[in-house]
Amino acid sequence: MANTNLNIPALEIHDLTVAFDRKPVLWNIDLTLPQGKLVGIIGPNGAGKSTLIKSVMGLLPLSSGYIKLFDQDLETVRNKVSYVPQRNSVDWDFPVSVLDVVLMGRYAGLGLFKSIRPADKEMAMDCLRKVGMENFANRQISQLSGGQQQRTFLARSLAQQADVYFMDEPFAGVDAATEKTIIQLLQNMTQQGKTIIVVHHDLHAVTSYFDWLIMLNTRLVAHGATAEIFNRENLQHTYGGKLTLLSDVGELFKREELPNREK
Amino acid sequence: MENLIDFFSFSDPNVRYVTLGIIFIMACAAMVGTFTFLTKKSLLGDAIAHAVLPGICLGFMLSGTKNPLVLIPAAFAFGWLSLICINFITYRSRIKEDTAIGLVLSVFFAVGIFLLTIIQKNGNANQSGLDHFLFGKAAALVMEDIIAFSIVALLLMLLTLFLFKEFTLISFDKDFALSSGIPVRTLEILQTGMIVLTVVIGIQAVGVVLMAAVLITPAAVARYWTDNIKTMLAIALITGVFSGIAGAYLSYSAPNMPTGPWIVIFISTLALLSFFLSPKKGIINKILKQKRYKRQIQDENVLKTLYQLGEKTNQFFLSQQEANISDKRFFAKNILSNSLHRLMRNGFVSKQKNAWQLTDAGKLRGQRLVKIHRLWELYLTTYANIAPDHVHEDADTIEHFLTPELEAALEQQLNFPEKDPHQTIIPYQ
Amino acid sequence: MATDFWIILTASLVSTCCAILGCYLILRRMAMIGDAISHAVLPGIVLAFLFTGSRDSVTMLIGAGAVGIFTTFLIEFFNKQAKLQADAAIGVTFTWLFAIGVVLISVFAEQVDLDQDCVLYGELAYVPLDTIQVFSFTNEIPKASVVMLVILISILLVIRLFGKQLLITSFDPAYASSIGIATTIWHYVLMSMVSATTVASFEAVGAILVVALLIVPAATAYLLTDDFSLMMKLSIAIGVLASVSGYYLAYWLDGSIAAAIAIVCGIFFSLALIFSPTQGLFKKSKKMVMH
Repeated sequence: MANTNLNIPALEIHDLTVAFDRKPVLWNIDLTLPQGKLVGIIGPNGAGKSTLIKSVMGLLPLSSGYIKLFDQDLETVRNKVSYVPQRNSVDWDFPVSVLDVVLMGRYAGLGLFKSIRPADKEMAMDCLRKVGMENFANRQISQLSGGQQQRTFLARSLAQQADVYFMDEPFAGVDAATEKTIIQLLQNMTQQGKTIIVVHHDLHAVTSYFDWLIMLNTRLVAHGATAEIFNRENLQHTYGGKLTLLSDVGELFKREELPNREK
Repeated sequence: MENLIDFFSFSDPNVRYVTLGIIFIMACAAMVGTFTFLTKKSLLGDAIAHAVLPGICLGFMLSGTKNPLVLIPAAFAFGWLSLICINFITYRSRIKEDTAIGLVLSVFFAVGIFLLTIIQKNGNANQSGLDHFLFGKAAALVMEDIIAFSIVALLLMLLTLFLFKEFTLISFDKDFALSSGIPVRTLEILQTGMIVLTVVIGIQAVGVVLMAAVLITPAAVARYWTDNIKTMLAIALITGVFSGIAGAYLSYSAPNMPTGPWIVIFISTLALLSFFLSPKKGIINKILKQKRYKRQIQDENVLKTLYQLGEKTNQFFLSQQEANISDKRFFAKNILSNSLHRLMRNGFVSKQKNAWQLTDAGKLRGQRLVKIHRLWELYLTTYANIAPDHVHEDADTIEHFLTPELEAALEQQLNFPEKDPHQTIIPYQ
Repeated sequence: MATDFWIILTASLVSTCCAILGCYLILRRMAMIGDAISHAVLPGIVLAFLFTGSRDSVTMLIGAGAVGIFTTFLIEFFNKQAKLQADAAIGVTFTWLFAIGVVLISVFAEQVDLDQDCVLYGELAYVPLDTIQVFSFTNEIPKASVVMLVILISILLVIRLFGKQLLITSFDPAYASSIGIATTIWHYVLMSMVSATTVASFEAVGAILVVALLIVPAATAYLLTDDFSLMMKLSIAIGVLASVSGYYLAYWLDGSIAAAIAIVCGIFFSLALIFSPTQGLFKKSKKMVMH
């Protein structure tokens, strides 16, 4: 399933700047990720971690730069890419069942007018089994615990059968058992050549979870193999407050509504 | 014209009462509405306005009169009841607030309409005029209405002024207000009561459907002209009163015209104008601002190019043909010529025959741009870990907009370096 | 007897359309946008009337439907471009458009055969008077019934074909865009259906009572089930049941039929609020069970 040429980078971000209200939240990001890695994005609150993966998924307008997945534009390789939004971004009182949510992962593969086939249901059940939720298939989502909600989202993502996965804080507010199940699953997937990028909200277990890291604080502080870059100096740069001048200039752009780029 | 004089001479006592009544209603709605707007309860105001209708109809059915002393308490009770229902539904079920508002609004209104149609079909002689509550007809107000409304309106306005500080605080930062021992709960109930009461007297002028506009649109207008809450209150008040008088005049000169909708059209027009024309937040100003920035960038890029041409030979005041400038950096022909003429008018370049040269002021400004550009590149490579070949585009934008304070801070932090990441000399004055 | 039949049938068709769309509206937290559209189509109706000089339904549907979509666009424009807070953007926009509609009616009172009260609560009782012969072999059928039937069929068709897209953009718009579904398009598809329904049912139930039919049956069904397709079916059932019983309530007390239907909807909602097996007040609080 994985891309035939393993040397093509899973993700290439070139000179990316993204602004909210004209204030840059990501500033000139440049990075390349190899395939088959479990990648953690770490950084303090407001560092632009979620913004980074939302930009990759085409959910936000870019002020500058471009993003390539497997050397292609998102539109051409969308079926190889899967996104797991933050759990609290949806209304869990929505009247659908766990299976309904997981089946949404099959929508992209179906045409505009097609409906769900039995094969899709089987595959959705398979994905639920992988996350240990097979007994909850017909449960309404309003009755799930936080960890079960996260597993449901994960199963939906698995149902897309993508090659690269972007997950926004999959460990936020889940129980220890769920966290363990999820990380094992992700590690298995990377062994099969999948690339997984995870926004991680704290520093615990970073070294045992991720083999690749992106350290972010508005600008890119460091990225590379965890063993090489997860050190005191980089942590100091990532968590030791913002660059005063950079954030002052950012505020200036917002206040004066300046154009983010000359053109 | 004759109408206008007749109206504003207020010689007709009826005109005097009606206009006075409307002024009180509009002023009161604008003041109470400012806080409704600031606490983001606009749609609750709409719900209350629709929900008082059954109160009015029941009051009339039980008493058989349109006496405001009966109708006001009855309407108030139903307005309050609708709020209790909305709160109850929101907190005790999984129905979201917007659904609860729409639900209570439409069902209460339906009860009101149902009662109204029953009253109409029973042919009670007194009922003529009850449907004025739907669209408002200030001209139909009688003296005792006006007196009752004026007293209520004055009371509400005084209350707003007395509790101005507290209301401001709870609409801005409720948690802080709670922690500093202000009786937030009581004040909120009071505020809600004031909204209901305002709606009850206001629907006489504009009717239940459009009451929300009278409450919140003046505040929305005011918000576009000031950041100061006192000024905001004053502007809202003027907007409301002005629209009220204009609407009253219109329905005086053309008796078939409904007062309420015209008042709302006046306020809304002011709102639309504010959205577009406000000097700070207006849409037109935003467009103009972007145009100005674009022009500034163009002009400064021309200056910078002239400076860089001088850098090559170390002679900054040589005359340059337009073609020369375009060779160094491409500009569309008319854009370049426009920019050069603007720069000449402002004394940054001068023209001799067909060539252009920098003035002293022009050289200084060009030099500053080049300096900031190179300093910023150095800053990004040193402090933000950005590759030297990726900093140019960013610096190209920053150079135009960095304030003198930030410029000084940049120089300080980098400690007046001599060269940028591309080993080019950084020029200081 | 035939009159009763046509009134109840038309009311049921209106409430069925509304019940379906209402499910999407309340789950998308757009109940008040629905309210705004139903008010704001008024100037569109009056203008369409003025230009064509008739109650020709097709022109009116297109004209007023366009105004309905324009309203959603305007609310978003004020919210995003002029940075007006969302609740005020809704409030300012619909009151403005509605006021223009009422004034237009007054100004062109002679040309436009609409009266202000009809704007608010419509007149279902007149529905059987305006008839049309659809096929040569049938009897005359009330025009409003025909129009509502066409709208209902269109809505059912859209939902049959694009139910997936409407559902996923309602539940998780960010995920929907990530798999390449254009959320904006489906937003406007839904808004077009709401506008068309509002305009078509305008003469029958009026601008404000249509809001009750949009919101209340769907909200009631939402209290009774956790299953989306069941919620839609329940919502339709509640709407139709309210139409039938509302008609007889109005007949009994001699009041407005549309208002009576809305009141019955309100009663159903109250019952569900109190007695719902999963959500009702007599059930232990869900939150307490979970924690």
